[in-house]
Amino acid sequence: MAEDGTETAPADKARARLLDGYDPPPGVADELKRADGSLRPVWAPLIDHLAAQSSETRARSFARGDQYLHDAGVYFRQYTGQGSTERVWPLSHLPVVISGEEWRGLTEGIVQRAELLERVMADLYGPGELVRNGHLPAELVARNPEWLRPIVGAEPRSGHFLHMLAFEIGRSPDGSWFVLGDRTQAPSGTGFALENRMATGRVFHDFFPDANVERLAGFFRAARDAINGLRGDENARAAILTPGLHTDTYYEHAYIARYLGFMLLECEDLKVQDGKLMVRTIDGPEPVSVLWRRLDSRFADPLELDESSALGTPGMVSALRGGAMTMVNCLGSGVLEARALMAFLPRIARALLGEPLKLPNIATWWCGQGAERDYVLANLERMMIGPALSTKLPFDIDGTTALGGKFRGAAQEPVADWLRREGGGLVGQEAVSLSTTPAMIGGRMVPRPMVVRVFAMRTPEGWTVMPGGYARIGRTEDPTALAMQAGGSVADVWVTSKQPVRTETLGPSGDQPYVRRRPGHLPARAADNLFWLGRYVERAESGVRLLRAWHLRLEEYGPGTVPVVDSLRRFLRGFGFETGRAVPPHLLGLFDSATGCAAKVRDRFSNDGWNALSDLSASAHGMATRVQHGDDAARAMSVLLRKLAGFAGLVHDNMFRFNGWRFLTLGRALERADQIAAVLQVFAAPDTPPGGLDSAVEVGDSVMTHRRRYAVETSRSTVIDLLALDADNPRSIRFQVDILREDEARLSGEVSHRRVDEAARRILTLQTELAVATPEQIGPERLTEIRSRLAGISDALTARYLS
Amino acid sequence: MSMTYDIRLRIAYAYDSPAASSRAMLRMMPRTLPGQQLLYGVLGTDPAPSYRRDDLDFFGNATTQVAHDMRLRRIAFSFEGRVRRSAFSGGLDLSPRRDALARELAAAASIAPDSPHHFLGASPRVPHEPEIAAFAQETVEGGMSTMAAVDAISRRLHDEFTFDPSATEVTTTPIEAFAARRGVCQDISHVMIGALRSLSIPAGYVSGFLRTIPPAGRPRLEGADAMHAWVRAWCGTEMGWLEFDPTNAIRAGTDHVTVALGRDYSDVAPAKGSLRSAGSHASTHQVDVIPV
Repeated sequence: MAEDGTETAPADKARARLLDGYDPPPGVADELKRADGSLRPVWAPLIDHLAAQSSETRARSFARGDQYLHDAGVYFRQYTGQGSTERVWPLSHLPVVISGEEWRGLTEGIVQRAELLERVMADLYGPGELVRNGHLPAELVARNPEWLRPIVGAEPRSGHFLHMLAFEIGRSPDGSWFVLGDRTQAPSGTGFALENRMATGRVFHDFFPDANVERLAGFFRAARDAINGLRGDENARAAILTPGLHTDTYYEHAYIARYLGFMLLECEDLKVQDGKLMVRTIDGPEPVSVLWRRLDSRFADPLELDESSALGTPGMVSALRGGAMTMVNCLGSGVLEARALMAFLPRIARALLGEPLKLPNIATWWCGQGAERDYVLANLERMMIGPALSTKLPFDIDGTTALGGKFRGAAQEPVADWLRREGGGLVGQEAVSLSTTPAMIGGRMVPRPMVVRVFAMRTPEGWTVMPGGYARIGRTEDPTALAMQAGGSVADVWVTSKQPVRTETLGPSGDQPYVRRRPGHLPARAADNLFWLGRYVERAESGVRLLRAWHLRLEEYGPGTVPVVDSLRRFLRGFGFETGRAVPPHLLGLFDSATGCAAKVRDRFSNDGWNALSDLSASAHGMATRVQHGDDAARAMSVLLRKLAGFAGLVHDNMFRFNGWRFLTLGRALERADQIAAVLQVFAAPDTPPGGLDSAVEVGDSVMTHRRRYAVETSRSTVIDLLALDADNPRSIRFQVDILREDEARLSGEVSHRRVDEAARRILTLQTELAVATPEQIGPERLTEIRSRLAGISDALTARYLS
Repeated sequence: MSMTYDIRLRIAYAYDSPAASSRAMLRMMPRTLPGQQLLYGVLGTDPAPSYRRDDLDFFGNATTQVAHDMRLRRIAFSFEGRVRRSAFSGGLDLSPRRDALARELAAAASIAPDSPHHFLGASPRVPHEPEIAAFAQETVEGGMSTMAAVDAISRRLHDEFTFDPSATEVTTTPIEAFAARRGVCQDISHVMIGALRSLSIPAGYVSGFLRTIPPAGRPRLEGADAMHAWVRAWCGTEMGWLEFDPTNAIRAGTDHVTVALGRDYSDVAPAKGSLRSAGSHASTHQVDVIPV
């Protein structure tokens, strides 16, 4: 439209209104506008779409994207001096738009660079000729903490060291692209790019489908197939290796695992056995032959790498060297991220590939060489000077970096002295101005600096580049504040085509014959977390019921007047619920523990389930700040019970009956049986105070049932019958032991030729005893014994499946 | 002149709450090097392992990885063998002046295991410490040869340090030992390595055995010896690597038997274990170096 000048006046006006005040700073390239102020054609459809919206419509559209991110539970981890917290995902709603033609040029440069890095890595861990031939100084390799000596001489089973790479690219003032940093260690961002796409698709739901934007699913399908193809053995598994919950990108690890159907493992899930890498599952060790590694190399094996690493798997390096698995990427790939390498890559490209870099990298000078150091000294004004072996991006400026001849922090020594003293430890990098791209801030479109992370995956057909990326956008015009930690935001990247694009999905198309996939092995650690999630939630529910019973009676009788009120209070305290506060901290702790367990198995949990649990925990914490003893608290507890029922409904009506679900159920059943037995020990004892039996029935949520079933007042016999022995009451011990029996049998049934083992024997014994017992036989001592048998079952299950 | 030794090394651990499985990395087998020959030797574990793999590490040290897929209350690793050691020649200082060493270093364009470049930067157990650097700086003089500088540092450390096994542990950092001026061979070697590197002299760690000579008229005590550690320094292209024992203020000679070479203790630890267990453990080392 923009080129042929046929646009109509009103659209023109709307566009002008939208772009009013959008003035890129001088001397930088802008994504949206050319130097002469005209709009780049590739943006025109999006700009016209935005211009035609009222500000209310636009706000509603943006809110749709935010709602998606909220519902999907996308967050990032913000680190402060005191630790870290989960923060809202800072999506900049406007995508960065890049033409397909320009993208193809970029892609060639990226593929060339990926190939070059593979060759460099193969040399650094092989013959070492780059150093011997003077293309790379020995000290830059020998002093690089990411050059891992135990990997030297290793020959990757796949024939390649690198399989998945990311590159941080920016646009210089002359409009050309350049690489700011290579991400070779364990690149993050593919999952976030996908989430940004999902959210931005929601924002532009009435525009995106016809905007000819290249889809991302094809890249993920290629990545998944490539990784599965590296397994070698059909029976072995591919998995994602994560450092765990407290990493800033854990969300992404869980997300990708779920999206692509890989196991999500931590090092403690793995062990090396007979030279092979195995995952500890509930069925015993199972082979893993591909690890998509999201853990930094040096933490991977405390025996041969960082000995202080608590994250690693002993023997991992030995297994890798022995060809037991393929790592995406091979351990030691972080050596390629050092800034100083970029000073030498242009020459190395000519030496190894016989051609210049198609995509240049940021101009870099290693100050260990006299002439280079002098050059940096003579051009301090346009230099960023920092540690040579740092893997941070050039614009990621901290206390160890000087920009324009000055340190950002407190006064330090003159930069010239620093350069002379530290020489080989430093590089200078040209402080190029990054291009700006539109961001909507405070209802106005403003230019903000940006970099884009692009991704490449090795496939059997060669490197493939994701048609899109992960853009990071500055909060202000300062190009050194792009990081999310510094308040920056992120955006989708649209690569647009002139023709309609193919809509792609992850799987094969629906009319092809389908195969039912074998359910994945359940890692013992994940099973353990699900088991304890079940226990904690049930323990919390029992606490809520007891608290409600106590608060109701407190309201009715007041404290210290009726014995049963005190009995309930003592009972609560016996379980750790200090009753000084209407909502005891111990209850909040149980919700926190439950959420903690669920967080560790995010990849196995639906968003709805996760949101229900988070909501439950947040509600309880909220109530704790305002609820009063008595009626107020009793009502609050009722609210929590309804939410608990909602969560249970999601879990028990919606979750597929994978083995993971069974552990959740086993945990819940064990805990519920134990809680009922504990209540009966006190409130169905011969010496229970008046009202004790009714409390037991109430806490057991069986008031109605009791009334219907017995048509008499509560007596010890009726209460024990209903809450301990009744096979039809979901609130009875017997009912829960039946569940234990059934689910344990299904778990172990997968290997049916096995003898009945300890856990099954213990469950069966208890089940039989309950089946033949009469209410009169179930006194307090017998209940104590039942509780200790339940503990024995828990131990046996743990020993059999969870360790 | 040469010496032959029968050597026994036994490292044993006992655990209160043993883990279901364990894995260890051993570097207990003496090397064969110029001036040192491993005549024969056997490395064993008790009980026998579920898995064992023998290999060489980057620096050429013999490594043995063993795994036990069983609960172990106690485990012992042992080496027994015979080593012949011949005296080093030399004595003439052919090393370049300190200020000329950088040129020779730059000419050594290599990342092969014997390259001095591995031994210049900080390493896991020897970080850069300004106080140790200052100590090094005030110990040497500008016109010194590299070898003379190494010797000066070695002697001064020997003079100022008190050998005190109760003062440090295997995890003590060089700066802690330096501040206390107390420690064992490992500590003094780490401090010396840090000092030499701060002067841009490549320096590495040697673990091995030292023959101890019992006091006159007293019998040699069984297993009373300990593993020893000393320092190697790169004194230029001509002289290459020279070994200094700062704990005893001597050059390493026929009394020293090398087991492993590395940047610091973390590269050469005789036994690195990994036990997935929370409980406490106790360990014992027994060493016998018997001249044949």
